[in-house]
Amino acid sequence: MDLINTVTANQLRTDIPEFKAGDTLRVHVRVIEGEKERIQIFEGVCIKRKGSGVHETFTVHKVSNGIGVERVFPLHSPRLAKIERLRVGRVRRAKLYYLRNLRGKAARIQEK
Amino acid sequence: MSGIIGKKVRMTQIFTEDGTVIPVTVVQAGPCYVTQVKTVDADGYAAVQVGFEEKKEKNTPKPLQGHFKKAGVNNLRYIREFPLREGENLKPGDQLGVDQFSVGDTVVVTGTSKGKGFQGVMKRHGFSGANKTHGQSDRWRAPGSLGQSSWPSRVFKGLKMAGRTGNRRVTLPSARIAQIDTERNLLFITGALPGSVNSVLEIKKI
Repeated sequence: MDLINTVTANQLRTDIPEFKAGDTLRVHVRVIEGEKERIQIFEGVCIKRKGSGVHETFTVHKVSNGIGVERVFPLHSPRLAKIERLRVGRVRRAKLYYLRNLRGKAARIQEK
Repeated sequence: MSGIIGKKVRMTQIFTEDGTVIPVTVVQAGPCYVTQVKTVDADGYAAVQVGFEEKKEKNTPKPLQGHFKKAGVNNLRYIREFPLREGENLKPGDQLGVDQFSVGDTVVVTGTSKGKGFQGVMKRHGFSGANKTHGQSDRWRAPGSLGQSSWPSRVFKGLKMAGRTGNRRVTLPSARIAQIDTERNLLFITGALPGSVNSVLEIKKI
């Protein structure tokens, strides 16, 4: 297992801020449309981080027009331009799946 | 000759520049040594015998020790044969590394698949099974009819039935080399490869 971590180490990004489940994130995603490239922003609550090393991913959950939307990003993907940590949440779980069933006031997360 | 013996390390992934993820299997390939060169004159066909991974002398049978000594290499654990193409000049003792491959090459990978034990026809041959409903009970995964009646009054040979599955030689006809690490003798081959971790693979360039 060690060998794999060594050979994939050069793919790991070092500019990722520290964050965990419960934090509110603003993810800047590079979107390539034909020739042009632009930045798309996805803002929501990080509900989980999963995996380790180069294949680590995180899931961002938001409610868009009353409909819950989730997006899974590979943490070390070069397609992520920037991750901003907007709020640090106080949660007692590593995986916040319960947020999916909550709406409005109940879905708030206390700030640390 | 464009072949090498390797050991499966495990799967991981590589990001391309535009962010696409390529799933790859990392293979510890080589360094291999030529132990014998077979010629049409002496052996009836042209091939090159290659060995991989050193082992102790006490674990090597005496006849094999002599074979390795003749080639001028250390005692090796795995020996495989690769066809020798015309005009290629290899001699016993030559070292083969991953540098004979280049990124983007299509390779044929052969290995022994994972043993699955005694399995039913659905897993072994991809049968679709039967209905769970419509009056059925305990027949969901059954193979169905084995044949006709009074003629032929027997089951034809070779009929697909349940049995030992896996643990057999599997050849993957076209995999692609995504990355090469010459320093550590590693090949990064796209997709999954046959066998478990640490199983031996033969990798050939087409």
